[in-house]
Amino acid sequence: MARITAGVATSHVPAIGAALDNGRSTEAYWAKVFAGYEFSKRWIAAQKPDVVFLVYNDHATAFSLELIPTFAIGCAARFQPADEGWGARPVPVVEGHPELASHIAQSLIQQDFDLTIVNRMDVDHGLTVPLSLMFGQPAAWPCKVIPFAVNVVQYPPPSGQRCYNLGKALRAAIGSFDASLNVQVWGTGGMSHQLQGPRAGLINSEFDRRFLDLLVNEPDVAARIPHIDYVREAGSEGIELVMWLIMRGALDPKVLERHRFYHVPASNTAVGHLILENPE
Amino acid sequence: MALEKPYLDVPGTTMFDADQSRIGYHLNMFCMSLMKDANRQRFRADERAYLDEWPMSEAQKKGVLERDYNGLIALGGNIYFLAKVFATDGKSFQYAAALMTGMSQEAYLAMMVAGGRSPEGNRYVGEQQPGEKN
Repeated sequence: MARITAGVATSHVPAIGAALDNGRSTEAYWAKVFAGYEFSKRWIAAQKPDVVFLVYNDHATAFSLELIPTFAIGCAARFQPADEGWGARPVPVVEGHPELASHIAQSLIQQDFDLTIVNRMDVDHGLTVPLSLMFGQPAAWPCKVIPFAVNVVQYPPPSGQRCYNLGKALRAAIGSFDASLNVQVWGTGGMSHQLQGPRAGLINSEFDRRFLDLLVNEPDVAARIPHIDYVREAGSEGIELVMWLIMRGALDPKVLERHRFYHVPASNTAVGHLILENPE
Repeated sequence: MALEKPYLDVPGTTMFDADQSRIGYHLNMFCMSLMKDANRQRFRADERAYLDEWPMSEAQKKGVLERDYNGLIALGGNIYFLAKVFATDGKSFQYAAALMTGMSQEAYLAMMVAGGRSPEGNRYVGEQQPGEKN
């Protein structure tokens, strides 16, 4: 059977991708960010996941205002890196896993999570920056990826509790797939940041550190954080953190924290990163 | 009955909710069109003429021409859509953020490197110190 072995949480700041793509990752400002992922690259090289279920948000790239799905699962065989207005990132095409994705879609809908099924979609920095942070700059991504896009552009996004519950359903869905696969679930976005208006630049490291603790040890508490707390305390874009709860819900109640990294800033954003393993 | 909007008293912040999305639909779809290079070129060649192809309000068009991002957000613009405008100008998110805060690029960068804008005094409208910006 397919098994979820680990979860990864990470910010997906576009400027991190740009720094890597433009050969600036060794500059002092960016080296501090990439240093937090050195362990992660070694860890994932040893883990060799077959599939990453990657929770992220689209940033007005694949979805405009014509169509705003709250939860969208990518079931295609491949996904092209998107041109976000500067030309597409020079990263490999993302290979999907249509069989597992379709299985998950059917299972989640039968568990009352009404997903939007997407069979053609370009993927933006929200998905490709986490891959770059974890795998560096390979000629091809070393695993299959199932993109799972959550609406956090138009308010309200799904609640933290809804995301956490979806993660639990996801665990059941993956666990019932009849093939021996090592699956990881990644939650991306965050941490505190605000990109708009006179309050842009807001960072709340106290909120972020508490969120990291809660996510690891008391996810039920983290799931009950209301939207307004994210907005007021962690910035209008800090609300992206609800996506991390999908990852956490998919893991065991008790997890092993293998790695934690927190750094301010990357561009406008606080960078947070966790690696959590399910006990054997 | 009106929907609950508990975020209206967060200073310097406009949540892109269903009402804002409705007001800003054409503005944001204009922004979205700039994802295509051919459209970026036409926009750069004659911004006013390009804007006139869209059923946007005059205030929204003026906001785009003046790159008044705070004004555009009030008129229904969403930052991820407005990003297509400053990307067309070759500008970064950090540039736009600094502009919206009224700070210089240097001062904004320095604030971020020093840990960012503190939430202290920035949680509720009216709690800022006199003379202080959001």
